[in-house]
Amino acid sequence: MASRVARGGFRLMLEVKHLGKTYGTGEKATHAVGDVSFSVEDGEFVCVVGPSGCGKTTLLKCIAGLLRPSNGGVLLRGKRVVRPPEEMALVFQEYGRSLMPWASVRNNVLLPLRHKKLPRSERKRLVEDSLDAVSLTRFIDHYPWQLSGGMQQRVAIARALAYQPTTLLMDEPFASVDAQTRGDLEDLILRVRNEYDITILFVTHDIDESVYLADRVVVLTHSPTEVKEIVPVELPRPRDQIATKELPEFAQLRAHVYRLIKREQSVGEPAETTEAAGVPHNGTPV
Amino acid sequence: MAPLATGRGGVSRRSYQALTIVAEIAVPVALLIAWQLWTVHAASPKFPRLSTILVDFRDMWLFSQFGTHVVPSLERIGAGFGIAVVAGIALGIPLGLSRWARLAAMPHIEYWRAVPPPALLPISIVLLHSIGNVQKIVFIAFFCLFPVLLNTIDGVRGIDPTFIDTARSYGLRRFERIRRVVFPAALPQIVAGMRNSLSLAVITMVLSEYFSSTSGVGYVLLISKNTFQFAPMWAAILLIGVLGYLLNVLFILAERRVLAWHRGWRAAASV
Amino acid sequence: MATRGDVAATLAAPERARWRRDRLSLRKLTEALVFTVSIAAALALWELISRTGVISQKDLPAMSTSFRELWSLVQTGDFWKAFGQTVRGWALGLGVATALAVPLGILLGSSDFAARAFRVPIEFLRPIPSAALIPLLFLTLGTTIKSEIFLAAFGAFWPLLVQTMYGVRDVDPLAMDTGRSFGVGRFERLYRIKLPSAVPYIATGLRISSTVSLILAFTAELFMGIPGLGQKVNYAQAFGLEKQLYAYALATGFLGVAIHLVSAAVERRALRWHPSQRVGAA
Repeated sequence: MASRVARGGFRLMLEVKHLGKTYGTGEKATHAVGDVSFSVEDGEFVCVVGPSGCGKTTLLKCIAGLLRPSNGGVLLRGKRVVRPPEEMALVFQEYGRSLMPWASVRNNVLLPLRHKKLPRSERKRLVEDSLDAVSLTRFIDHYPWQLSGGMQQRVAIARALAYQPTTLLMDEPFASVDAQTRGDLEDLILRVRNEYDITILFVTHDIDESVYLADRVVVLTHSPTEVKEIVPVELPRPRDQIATKELPEFAQLRAHVYRLIKREQSVGEPAETTEAAGVPHNGTPV
Repeated sequence: MAPLATGRGGVSRRSYQALTIVAEIAVPVALLIAWQLWTVHAASPKFPRLSTILVDFRDMWLFSQFGTHVVPSLERIGAGFGIAVVAGIALGIPLGLSRWARLAAMPHIEYWRAVPPPALLPISIVLLHSIGNVQKIVFIAFFCLFPVLLNTIDGVRGIDPTFIDTARSYGLRRFERIRRVVFPAALPQIVAGMRNSLSLAVITMVLSEYFSSTSGVGYVLLISKNTFQFAPMWAAILLIGVLGYLLNVLFILAERRVLAWHRGWRAAASV
Repeated sequence: MATRGDVAATLAAPERARWRRDRLSLRKLTEALVFTVSIAAALALWELISRTGVISQKDLPAMSTSFRELWSLVQTGDFWKAFGQTVRGWALGLGVATALAVPLGILLGSSDFAARAFRVPIEFLRPIPSAALIPLLFLTLGTTIKSEIFLAAFGAFWPLLVQTMYGVRDVDPLAMDTGRSFGVGRFERLYRIKLPSAVPYIATGLRISSTVSLILAFTAELFMGIPGLGQKVNYAQAFGLEKQLYAYALATGFLGVAIHLVSAAVERRALRWHPSQRVGAA
């Protein structure tokens, strides 16, 4: 993994500038994303939370280069993102529809390396190393559907790691996994971040998770989505599932984010109706 | 198929299973015996005894005429089916991926898949000026194309977009995506089409040989009818049935291996 | 949404509605255009290949010639007689097959034991190409419409039987258990739960079988000289009447397409009504 300095010394890894995505035209237009701007520094762990239906997945897909935004754009180390960049990897929520069922775990992790011109031994090493990082070496020749949900998501993470990205985008990756496993996976991703020195943009609807993991939490509004507030999280690292969550600062941050989202949820209605504008909301800063 | 909850009226599981196995063997055997008895009783030249048919079957197919007739028929099925599968997949994948190409091709596909194959038998002979192997293979391949083609298109269209997104996000170019994601994902559907195509291949083979040929199982069928040799005629019918059955069994065995992942995946997903 | 700022189109509401409507009809128009152009191009190609002699006009009469011949045939009573005979053979063959396959399929599908007991004979008889029975029919039922109906029915029987069996067996076990727990009797369960959920499968079976029935009815006519379109095709080929050959082939093609479109439409309606999760076959 290239060190931060060797990566060209850019402080800003990712810049999202006035990103907007609209589907359809005229009356039936859906503003999946309104006007979102924020930036992510090299090596940062940034979480994105928002009320349900606020277009978090669409936002992430635009940043990942899978969708073309209707307005604004994304810069990755100063260069505009128009297609999925080489140094960005994306982990989906639905691992069952992202991990290829016809391929073994080994071949799944190999997928991102297919088009990179690497010698076979190097590819083998990358696959084995990343599976080792997620503690799944034993299952290298299994099929993904033979594994539990948490394990499958670990395979997806290993696949992303084998790609050697500088930036990891994660779309509610632990939402489809049971609560206990989720804690393990959260710690795994923190460990991975340190070991591989990558920047992570993590979308979630779980507020506790966002505060636990992040350096900063970006809170979104309901549709049409904008950035409501960016909350810095200055909890000590390394984080611990028990110790960190016992800190009073954790509870305060968590409550703050929770309040922000609750306000958004009570105001929020599906984009088409204009009645929502009439609902009183207690003067939240926009 | 969903397992049935049958009201077995108190019969224990083990004896039920044993009874079923007995029935699976007994029923076919009983039918064969009935056939033999009936033909003995009927004593008609048109319906020779089963025993006579079986003797002729062995004489004809297991020795002398295997090379002269069975092999050419199998070659034609093989070549026709093979060409149909390759062409069906090669055309079906781009058509499945491109809406415009599909729109342009659809009127033609919908027309030709509905034309009854025998309607084009005489035309195929006229156009190709022959009744040889090429004419037969072209005829077989043409009609066997459509089940594979249609299923490939459906299979490609039905792929979960998340798979494609994943491949794109990892920088796979179009050809690699098709090779590593589109094709395997559509394969279960393609194989279903191939199975239909195979049985169609047997039918079109028999039709084309029966209509005009100088060799093959269908030809033997025709000749024995024309010369009023009933037992060989029945033996030919029997052979065609056996061929169809064996090809089907082989196909299912191959399918089990190739699509083992699909069964496992479906089973895991349904939990 | 005034409080949030509008990122959408800057058009006023009535203009927006009109724009949306225009885009939808524009899309439908282009689709119809592509459809028509595609067919026209193919027909033009046919005309070109034949007229320029790439394939001689003797072997491949020009498109215009073939259609003209078809048009003149269509105006003769003789044509419609043959057409009607083929349709009759098809319909009777399909009817007989349905009358036998559906009840038998329900019976075998309902009883696990019966299904397994008869599995081997069915799996063996199923792949037999009905065409192989033609010589047998020659020598027994002769070159009458009875042979045509028998052949068509024999071929159409198997797909319908198998599909009906699948349909009856694929009943949601939860629905059946619910019925049983409410004390619904066996016959009524069959009638109210199993049959309705089997309908889409039977519809698919009918689509497949109607195609098979046409193929075999035509085959009987072609090979055995039974009156109908197949006989006309055979006659035209035997006497070197290429124009007629192509005209009748076209007519048969159109009949096949018509039957397919109707049975596919029926199948779609049956499928729409049912929450199906089946694997489709061609």
